Amino acid sequence: MSLTRRDFIKSNAIAAAAATAGVTVPAGKTALAGEDAGVRWDKAACRYCGTGCSVLIGTKDGKVVASQGDPDAPVNKGLNCIKGYFLPKILYGQDRLTQPLMRKKNGKFDKNGDFEPVSWEEAFKTMAEKFVKARKEKGPKGIGMFGSGQWTVWEGYAASKLIKAGFRSNSLEPNARHCMASAVGAFIRGFGIDEPMGCYDDLEHADVFVLWGSNMAEMHPILWSRLTDTRLTKPGCEVHVLSTYKHRCFELADNGMVFKPQTDLAILNFIANYIIQNKAYNKEFIEKHVQFNKTPTDIGYGLRPEDPREKKAKNRAKGKLTKITFEEYAKSVEPYTVEYASKLSGVPKKNLLRLAKAYADPKKKVSSYWTMGFNQHTRGVWVNGLLYNVHLLMGKISEPGNSPFSLTGQPSACGTAREVGTFTHRLPADLVVKSDAHCKFAEKVWKLPEGTIPRAKDPKMGKTLIHAVAMHRALKDGKMNCFWVMCNNNMQAAANMNVESYPGWRNPDNFIVVSDPYPTVSAQAADLILPTAMWIEKEGAYGNAERRTQFWRQQVKAPGDAKSDLWQIMEFSKYVKVDDVWDEELLAKAPEYKGKTLYDVLYTNGQVDKFPFEGKIKDDRGNEYDNDESAHFGFYVQKGLFEEYRLFNSAPGIPKKGHEMAPFEAYHKARGLRWPVIDGKETLWRFREGYDPHVPKGKGVYFYGNAKKNGGRANIIFAPYEPPAESPDKEYPLWLCTGRVLEHWHSGSMTRRVPELYRAMPDAVVYMNKKDAKKYKLRNGRLAKIQSRRGEIICKVETRGRNQPPEGLIFIPWFDAGRLVNKLTLDATDPLSKETDYKKCAVRISKA
Amino acid sequence: MAESDSKSRGMNRRQFLSTTLKTVCSVGLMGVGLGFYAQRANSLPPMAIRPPGALPEEDFLSACIRCGLCVRDCPYDILFLGQLGDDIPTGSPYFIARTGPCEMCEDIPCVKACPTNALDHSLTNIEDARMGLAVVVDQETCIAFQGLRCEVCFNVCPIRGKAITLDMQHNVRSGKHALFIPVVHSEACTGCGLCEKACILEKAAIKVFPRDLAKGELGQHYRFGWKEKEKAGKALVTPDVEHQYNLPEGVRYELQGEGLIIEKKAEAPPQDSPFSSNPLDTLNRKNKEPN
Repeated sequence: MSLTRRDFIKSNAIAAAAATAGVTVPAGKTALAGEDAGVRWDKAACRYCGTGCSVLIGTKDGKVVASQGDPDAPVNKGLNCIKGYFLPKILYGQDRLTQPLMRKKNGKFDKNGDFEPVSWEEAFKTMAEKFVKARKEKGPKGIGMFGSGQWTVWEGYAASKLIKAGFRSNSLEPNARHCMASAVGAFIRGFGIDEPMGCYDDLEHADVFVLWGSNMAEMHPILWSRLTDTRLTKPGCEVHVLSTYKHRCFELADNGMVFKPQTDLAILNFIANYIIQNKAYNKEFIEKHVQFNKTPTDIGYGLRPEDPREKKAKNRAKGKLTKITFEEYAKSVEPYTVEYASKLSGVPKKNLLRLAKAYADPKKKVSSYWTMGFNQHTRGVWVNGLLYNVHLLMGKISEPGNSPFSLTGQPSACGTAREVGTFTHRLPADLVVKSDAHCKFAEKVWKLPEGTIPRAKDPKMGKTLIHAVAMHRALKDGKMNCFWVMCNNNMQAAANMNVESYPGWRNPDNFIVVSDPYPTVSAQAADLILPTAMWIEKEGAYGNAERRTQFWRQQVKAPGDAKSDLWQIMEFSKYVKVDDVWDEELLAKAPEYKGKTLYDVLYTNGQVDKFPFEGKIKDDRGNEYDNDESAHFGFYVQKGLFEEYRLFNSAPGIPKKGHEMAPFEAYHKARGLRWPVIDGKETLWRFREGYDPHVPKGKGVYFYGNAKKNGGRANIIFAPYEPPAESPDKEYPLWLCTGRVLEHWHSGSMTRRVPELYRAMPDAVVYMNKKDAKKYKLRNGRLAKIQSRRGEIICKVETRGRNQPPEGLIFIPWFDAGRLVNKLTLDATDPLSKETDYKKCAVRISKA
Repeated sequence: MAESDSKSRGMNRRQFLSTTLKTVCSVGLMGVGLGFYAQRANSLPPMAIRPPGALPEEDFLSACIRCGLCVRDCPYDILFLGQLGDDIPTGSPYFIARTGPCEMCEDIPCVKACPTNALDHSLTNIEDARMGLAVVVDQETCIAFQGLRCEVCFNVCPIRGKAITLDMQHNVRSGKHALFIPVVHSEACTGCGLCEKACILEKAAIKVFPRDLAKGELGQHYRFGWKEKEKAGKALVTPDVEHQYNLPEGVRYELQGEGLIIEKKAEAPPQDSPFSSNPLDTLNRKNKEPN
């Protein structure tokens, strides 16, 4: 970038003036005054949500001095939301953690001690000792790792290797369990393969948009901007919004509907019934591409087994599908008339009919979007499935504009948690530990002896699966003794903090490790805190909600001794010997591994360490970048891990096709590529001939994920309405719904450290109806006490805010570390997906 | 411009007497200084906003006895008293929106505390307060005008959806996003300043100014025709006659609606043959499998 003479004089004048005044102008300011002279720009994916906007990062003198929306990024075309506007500031919060901290007394680890700085060596030595002991004494469930949909792809992959193959445990879960496990469950049950069939281009091609339990206006701001634009510019376009309270999406809604919690199940069955009664369904599509099924009912609420609600359930956690005929299906939805659906949901008949007509009109292209309203639901897999039923009945799927689309909340919930498979039951690329063949394939790729990865029902270890909520319960019960929480804030995020999470973490038998850039609520409750290099302080890759994989290079160094999650996982593995965690029998199968560390076996296997590192990463413009992990380990770590990961999704002879990715370098060049990527070509709509190379010529539509199960048909699955786990009663008369706001992301550990965002939305408030406020003698702006059977919090009343709940429901966002709404929530889960319902529990409110 | 708070706020005799008495007393106390400060009254800096219910500036200054009771009773401690040497008349209450906006208490304790009606006691609904007026003063730096999804001012506005609305427009530059432009409506804005405080820019692009400074005024000679018609509920003159037009078949004309409407032709009936009506389509078909 060349300086004009005028700019030069200007910038010098500022510097001179500053010098005279004795003021040091921050590097950023002088740089910007001089038209960004000397600023290196490079692309990166935004740190926050699943939209996957791209930004350009301006770096000078080792510091990020500016950012801009990437004008060439197809998702956001240079735009950002208000959080994205402040991206550089999340790196520079004044309380960044810069050294490992451990609770100590008299120079030794003590659960009741205060945090003291320790070296990485001491931290890892202590950790290794505790983890090995717990693994030996308590078996595979004795240890656990809780990762993240914000992990980069290779971090998740390295963690999966460490826990599943290294520690030989399936106690690995991502926070994505709280977020989209229900969506995954429905994808697998319906289509045999995870993730949406459509892409964001549906936003320009649909005639009708329907939002089911999604406040896109605040949570996916840039996508909402695209949807709004289509509504404004496309004649005849209409927007339907369904929620349990009025939120910002209702500002655009042509048909806004507030329904009673849980009755979405009934509304969806009504739409299916309407389509059948009016013979609007797509007969040809159904005959060729759909299989009808029903699912077991009365399945409980994922609570502890001794809970009376669980004892009462006839088919606790059962989900095996039974094939039925179209006629049987039609009969099942028949009771869901408009009268019944309207009575149950409280939505006027005319609104329901307008919605049903939109779906049933063969000429209208319909895209449905949903987020946590569907997923955080004790019948989450069911309700996701019921929406697919509607789209499948009409054949409105897998083509531009006709798209049931599950949005994700995290930047790499898809890319890391789901695609890499950092869940207890999963392996990379949709493989599962339930399948012996899949485990064997993974063992072969990883060059490990057969039987290394614990099977779901392992012949020696027994049942090895343990999901996120069960982990906290196991910690409380002392069955799990070591827990490593990385790249998320699970003490703040998990439901029922008072009864389950906190007692679990502070159980004297347990050792809790938290890796984070900031002192979060989780860090406060930990025993060992590892300071973490975040986002662009490392080379990274995220996968967004439309299957787009995006890479970035390391832009700056992390402060102090902070290290990336990848470094932490790999470096820690040097402290654990194979002999410590593998049994004799397994070692006998691979005697060459005896005496080696997990690091040797997992990460220097000739594959991960295959690519040399030349000291700097270079781009095609001649800029140079650090790569602190590669410099430390001596090879191009990220490339090695990604290329090994590609052996699962892109090599010949893989067990599950459909997740193909391009070679490592391609992603550093492109503004993201949407998989499956075959011969360098991206896939926009899956399962449709012409768009998806996996669909053979002449097939038209082919749901190849179910090829083996039923010849490649999508499953329509009938499920009825069933009530929620906890409903308001006399003692606790209000519904509590939790969620997020535009200005803060998730638990606010980053955004609450941006002064402007903090000023714009300082603390969590309780959004409530004016009539309820009057009824409970509360005043706007004054404090109220909210109590559930599990705890209480105090926050300010907001009756005139952006969220307008109906009478009988309150909404509290969960971003605020000072007002922990998860003290109130119930840890009821969908028994199928094991995802918590954060949207429904009973509370009462009074003047504080 | 007719303000909703300029509705009859007559003082009763008792109030008048007590106000006058107090004013006389303070004149006595302040002595020579008063003239000096009174002169400064007109130069109240634009960022200093009077508490809710304040009388028009001149009346306010003569009614306010600088007792500080409003400051004492403000639960959020946002009110200050002008200090000697400030541009603000000494002892008179004000707040600065950017650092401490009015939180709009439902019970308006500052007004209740005022012993002289300088803060008008007839203000009982805080939404009727007109402390100032928010103005999006800088459309160049306001990031919403560029299509970024901010809307923080809209989100914090306590007169939800009335004082600030979002005008949704097509973003010509990106071609596929919308702009969400904040627009302030003076008939609802109280001038509380919550938007100015929350504005995420280094310097706020939306600012609250005293109303007389912020508001333009339409020429007395002109009326907006459609507004007058709406107000009257009918046309001000005899309504138009019903028009008739010469039009070809299939074409309508709606005078008050879209204008010329060309009816769409009925769609072709479903094909009953797999072949195109143009034989060339069938004949020239290449590399296609038979149906």
